[in-house]
Amino acid sequence: MSDLIRVSGLTREYEMGAETVYALRGVDLTIRRNEYLAVMGPSGSGKSTLMNLIGCLDSPTAGEYWLNGVEVSDMSDDELARVRNREIGFVFQTFNLLPRASSLHNVELPLIYAGVPAKERRVRAAEALQRVGLGDRMKHKPNELSGGQRQRVAIARALVNDPSILLADEPTGNLDSSTSAEIMNVFDELQALGQTIVMVTHEADISARAGRKVTLLDGLVHSDTTRAEAA
Amino acid sequence: MPFGEAIRMALRVIWTQKMKSAFSVVGVFIGVTFLIAVVSIVEGMNSYMTDRFANTLLGVNTFQLRRYPDFQVGNISRETWREWRRRPRITYDDARAVAAAITVPHTSGWESWNRGLIEYGGKVARDINLIGITEGYFDIKNWTIEQGRPFSAQEARTGQPVVVIGHELAERLFEDLDPIGREIRIRRIPYRVVGVVEPQGKLFTISLDKFVVAPALSPIKRYVNPPRVVDALLVKMNTVEDLQTAMAEAEAVMRSRRGLRPAQENNFSVETSEALLDFWGSINRVLMVALPGLVSISLVVGGIVIMNIMLMAVAERTREIGIRKSLGARRRDILRQFLVESATLAVVGAGIGVATGILLAGVVQATTFLPARVAPWSVVVGVLMGAGVGITAGLYPASRAARLDPVDAIRQE
Repeated sequence: MSDLIRVSGLTREYEMGAETVYALRGVDLTIRRNEYLAVMGPSGSGKSTLMNLIGCLDSPTAGEYWLNGVEVSDMSDDELARVRNREIGFVFQTFNLLPRASSLHNVELPLIYAGVPAKERRVRAAEALQRVGLGDRMKHKPNELSGGQRQRVAIARALVNDPSILLADEPTGNLDSSTSAEIMNVFDELQALGQTIVMVTHEADISARAGRKVTLLDGLVHSDTTRAEAA
Repeated sequence: MPFGEAIRMALRVIWTQKMKSAFSVVGVFIGVTFLIAVVSIVEGMNSYMTDRFANTLLGVNTFQLRRYPDFQVGNISRETWREWRRRPRITYDDARAVAAAITVPHTSGWESWNRGLIEYGGKVARDINLIGITEGYFDIKNWTIEQGRPFSAQEARTGQPVVVIGHELAERLFEDLDPIGREIRIRRIPYRVVGVVEPQGKLFTISLDKFVVAPALSPIKRYVNPPRVVDALLVKMNTVEDLQTAMAEAEAVMRSRRGLRPAQENNFSVETSEALLDFWGSINRVLMVALPGLVSISLVVGGIVIMNIMLMAVAERTREIGIRKSLGARRRDILRQFLVESATLAVVGAGIGVATGILLAGVVQATTFLPARVAPWSVVVGVLMGAGVGITAGLYPASRAARLDPVDAIRQE
């Protein structure tokens, strides 16, 4: 298996007034294709910052980030937008669906920005929704769906453009335990199909499903353990 | 994102926020409505003035020789007025000499005029234009005789008591009877009706069909003017070039007859419908200069309103912008989304303004004498201005939206 993500000396500072806050102090991390990685750590440890950097929503202050053999750490805003569109699928704790748009339109959004023609877009979005078991909820708006269904729409949206990596930030944080289990099963299935997944979580039972667990503390990698049978 | 997609998306947003959208485009709507309605009415007046008013009163390629101008443009000072009243009147001999001196092909006619009443049987018609003319007048006015005939050169020369009357007057006096051959009385003197002129319609609200014309040398001459005096000599040419030549010749003849030295001004007036149209043109120009000012004020106000609405929209939808960015929207995608939205909003407002303006022009047309004609250019200008205002007003909010940081934006509640 090849390296999908290679991060070295990744640093991110924020200017807060006169003070400089270090969110990441030099993280080294390599993620291979089809890995299922859980990022853990107490709040303030820098896991959200790491997610934003890996997701190309943010640029590092220092360090290198190679994604799929391309250095993305010094890309422009628009180049990053293109990378987000093609390579990354986001699943957020709060779903982040457009409230006034149907499930289908929500799933179509990444394809719109990829410049896919309308007809093909609709077909692909519908397929993605069917894959997560929402073939009969295409015309529904987010407020007409349950939490679990919303997160499935978000997963369909994240996958519709066949990204290299699925980034999930506390994907079950707003769900009850049985729905959480459902969603986690979806992630398991995706990994079985070859999808690379990076998931931020602070719940131990969730991270236990991942093959590899990285713990951050004070902006540095504190531990990095791989489960024997998943490797 | 394709352009059509962006417009469809904008329309969806506008439709889901109908009330807010309606309020935000009021300024543009009023501006465009005003533009369309005023331009329609001015254009209508324009064609009315050119086709109807000026040419009805004075005729195409026609000049009038008078003591002083018939159409007074603007305020006439007391001195001017006094000078005009002191001028000698136009005599039969003046009129004949001028007509004889014109070298280009022409038709000429005299006109002397008074207002008075006429009688037929027991009926009286008041406020009738009583006009003494020569036979050329029929051609100059381009009148069509619907019944009977115009009076002949012979009748004109010998001053026979015959009359040709306007359509409305004929109806009023004779009702169902055949007017031809009947006798009407003007100041107790009987005249025989030989013809009726077909309806000339109205000028603004005044009927043009309440008149009587009689030969200038008939007994009517004592009623309309002092002896051997005419109000006007009308001369009609075939072309504008001939008109210029003829006017110069007429002026030369009159100056020599009046014994004016080169430094002295004319003590008579030679005027054409141009004078009248010039007057209208100056009013028109004032309107057309004032109009853009008024329209731009409401458009500027409209633009500011739209800009505020769009700033609010950007603030409200920060999270949406963040989501879109996380899914791969580039700056230019977001910029375009909000620009198209504000332009579409303004164009929808302008479109409703165009429709209302046309409607308003139609209402004015239907309920007043003012004619209205919708100018296609004003519709194009209205819609383009709407789009321009929308784009201009959207520029700042849209660029703010485009520059939002995705991490901050997506965290926004």
